[in-house]
Amino acid sequence: MNEVQGRDVLDTMWRIRHFEERVGRLKRADEVHGLIHSSLGQEGVAAGVCRQLRDDDAVYSGHRAHGHAIAKGAPMDRVMAELMGRDDGLCHGLGGSMHLVDVEHGLMGATGVVGGNVPIALGSALAAQLRGDDAVAVVFFGDGAVQAGHFNETINLATLWGSPLILVCENNGFAEFTLRSAHTVVERVSDVVAPYGLTRETIDGNDVLAVWDAFGRFLEAARRGAGPLLLECLTHRLSGHYEGDPAKYREAIAQDEWQQVDPILRLQRHGIGAGWFGSDEAAAIEAGAVAQVEAAVAFARESPWPDEALIAEMVYAGAVDA
Amino acid sequence: MPRELPYIVAINEAIHLEMARDEDVLYFGQNMATTENEDFVKAFGKDRVRVTPISETAEIGLAVGAALAGKRPVVELYMAEFMLVAMDQVTNEGNRFRAMSGGQVTVPLVLKAGYGFAAGWAGQHTGVLTNLFMGVPGLKVAVPSTAADAKGLMATAIRDDNPVVYLHHYLLTLEHGDVPEGEHLVPFGEAAIRRSGGDVTIVATGWMVDRSLAAADTLAGEGIKAEIIDPRTVAPLDTKTILESVERTGRLVLVDQAPRHAAAATVIAGEVAEHGFSSLKAPIVQVTGRDATVPYSEPLEAYVIPDEERIAGAVRRVLGTSPVAA
Ligand SMILES: Cc1ncc(C[n+]2csc(CCOP(=O)(O)OP(=O)(O)O)c2C)c(N)n1
Repeated sequence: MNEVQGRDVLDTMWRIRHFEERVGRLKRADEVHGLIHSSLGQEGVAAGVCRQLRDDDAVYSGHRAHGHAIAKGAPMDRVMAELMGRDDGLCHGLGGSMHLVDVEHGLMGATGVVGGNVPIALGSALAAQLRGDDAVAVVFFGDGAVQAGHFNETINLATLWGSPLILVCENNGFAEFTLRSAHTVVERVSDVVAPYGLTRETIDGNDVLAVWDAFGRFLEAARRGAGPLLLECLTHRLSGHYEGDPAKYREAIAQDEWQQVDPILRLQRHGIGAGWFGSDEAAAIEAGAVAQVEAAVAFARESPWPDEALIAEMVYAGAVDA
Repeated sequence: MPRELPYIVAINEAIHLEMARDEDVLYFGQNMATTENEDFVKAFGKDRVRVTPISETAEIGLAVGAALAGKRPVVELYMAEFMLVAMDQVTNEGNRFRAMSGGQVTVPLVLKAGYGFAAGWAGQHTGVLTNLFMGVPGLKVAVPSTAADAKGLMATAIRDDNPVVYLHHYLLTLEHGDVPEGEHLVPFGEAAIRRSGGDVTIVATGWMVDRSLAAADTLAGEGIKAEIIDPRTVAPLDTKTILESVERTGRLVLVDQAPRHAAAATVIAGEVAEHGFSSLKAPIVQVTGRDATVPYSEPLEAYVIPDEERIAGAVRRVLGTSPVAA
C-alpha cells in the first residue's frame, strides 16, 4: 500500500464506519425499515479488498453488505436512499439492505440466503474466463456459509475449471448468535478446502495492510489465471448480528482492547508513522466522511417514495403480453 | 384453564409438553445454543436439543432419517425460505418415503418456520409459500392464526406420522390469546369459524385472519355480516366447512397474503367453483398478494399485501354495494 492508496483506504473505512453507525441510529429512530446487518468493525476487509478492484470485476456479498457496496464505489447517498426505501436508492427501494446491487460499479448482488451467492459468483468468474479477459469475481461470505452444501459444490467446480474466483471469508467467529465451535470442529475455514489444493491463506482481517497485501497477491494471481483462491480474514463484528440485537450471547470487547485492533485506528497509526498523513489530516478525512454520510441522509430524506407502477414493471424483463 | 399467552410462547409450550411426554421428540436448529432455548436444553439436554450448522439440506435430510428410525424431530428453520435451500429433502425425499415404500415406513417430523413478514425484510425473507407446500403430496401444512391454535396445531403436528410444515406468521408472534393449559390438540383438516355472518364468506389464514376481522368490523357498521373461516391447515384442507358456509351466504371472498397465482386462495376458489357453483350468487373474488417479489420500500410493501381496505372493497363488490373493483 502506498501513500495515495493509504489515504483512499482510510477514507473508505471511515465512510463505512460512520455510515453504519448512522444507519444504526436511523434504524432506532424508525427512519430505516427492515432487517439491517451492520459491518461495523469489519471495515478493513471490505476496503482492503474492494479498493483494489476495477468496475469490471464482479463482487458478490451476503446479508452484511453495506461496507462492500461502499468500498466497491456505490455512491453512499444512493445506498442510504435504498436503506430508506426511496426511489433514488440503488434498487429503487425494492431490494433494501440485504439485496444491494450496483452494476455500474460491479456490485452484482447481495443475498439474504447464507452462501447463496457463492455459486453465482462462480458464474461471473466463468463468464470472465469465457470472454478471455482478466476480470475476476470476488465473493464475500461469513464462516457460517462454509457449512452449506453449495459452498462445497462451488469449490469443487471452481478448482476443476480453474476459474478466476476469489473467495473472501469474513470469519467473525459467529453465525448469527452461535459460536463457530458449536457448528464445526474445523477451526480454520482455509483448512476446510485443503483437499482441493487451491491457494488459501488465513490472515488478520483487522489489519488492513495485511488484507491489502494478501488480496493484492491473490488478485494478481487470479488475473494471470491461477484459478480460485480463498482468503480467510479473521475479524470482529462490533455490532450484534442485526440492528437491535442485544447480543447477550457474548461479551462486549473492552474499549481499550478494541482500540488496539480497530482496523481504522491501526491504519491511521501506521500512516502517520510512515509520514503518509499527519494526525490533523487523518482527522480531516474522518470529518469529511461524517459530512458525506450526513449529506447522504439528507439526500435520502429528500428522495420520493417509489411509484406503485414500478411493481408491475419489475416482475418480468421485456414486454409481456398480458 | 385458558390463560392469556403470546402465540410464540404457546408454540414453545406445545413443543415442551410433547418433549416431556415422548422422549423420541427431538428439537434442533441453528440457534439452539442461545439463551432463548436455555429452558429446552436444561429440561431435555443437548442430545435432544441440538445445534445444527447452516446446512439446511443436511439438517432436514437427517431429520428424515431420524424419523425413519423412530424419532420425531422438530426442525427449527426460522424462515420458510430456508427450506427452499433444501427443496429436494422437503418435497422429494421426506414426503415420498411412505408412498414409495408402499406404506412400510412413516416419516413423523415437523419443519417449523416463520413466514410472511411485512416489516421491510424484503425479497428473500418475506415469502408466503403456503401453496408451494400444500401442493406437495405427503406434506401436511399448518398455518395457525391464534395462540390457542398455535399450541394445538403444534402438538398435533408432533404426534402426526407425516412430515408437517408448520408455518407461524411473524406478525402474530407477540399477539396474545387464551390458551388452554396442559394437553391441547387441534385436529388437522378442521376449519374454525372465527366470526359468523350470513351475507358473505371470507376465507383467510394466518395474519390475514386478523386483517379480515378488522375489515368485518368496518363492514358491520355498514350492515354487512361477514362470516370468517380460518382453515388452520391448508393440507389437509377442510373444503366441507367452506362449502357449507358458501351455501348459507352465497358469496365468497378469499384472502391470502401469497401472490395471486401461488395462493391457497386459488385452490379454494377451484374447489368452490367445482362443488359449490350452484350456491354462488356472485363471482368469487380473491384478495391476494400481488404477483411480485415483496419490495423493501415501506409504501410499496404495503401495496403488494392485502389490507383491510382491499378486503372490505372486495366484500362490497360481491354484494353489489360498490362498483369499485377490488
Ligand atoms: C440458507 C440460510 N439459512 C439460514 C439463514 C439465517 N441466517 C442469517 S445470517 C446467518 C449467520 C451467517 O453467519 P456467517 O455466514 O458467519 O455471517 P456473519 O453474520 O457472521 O457475518 C444465518 C444463519 C439464512 N439467511 N440463510
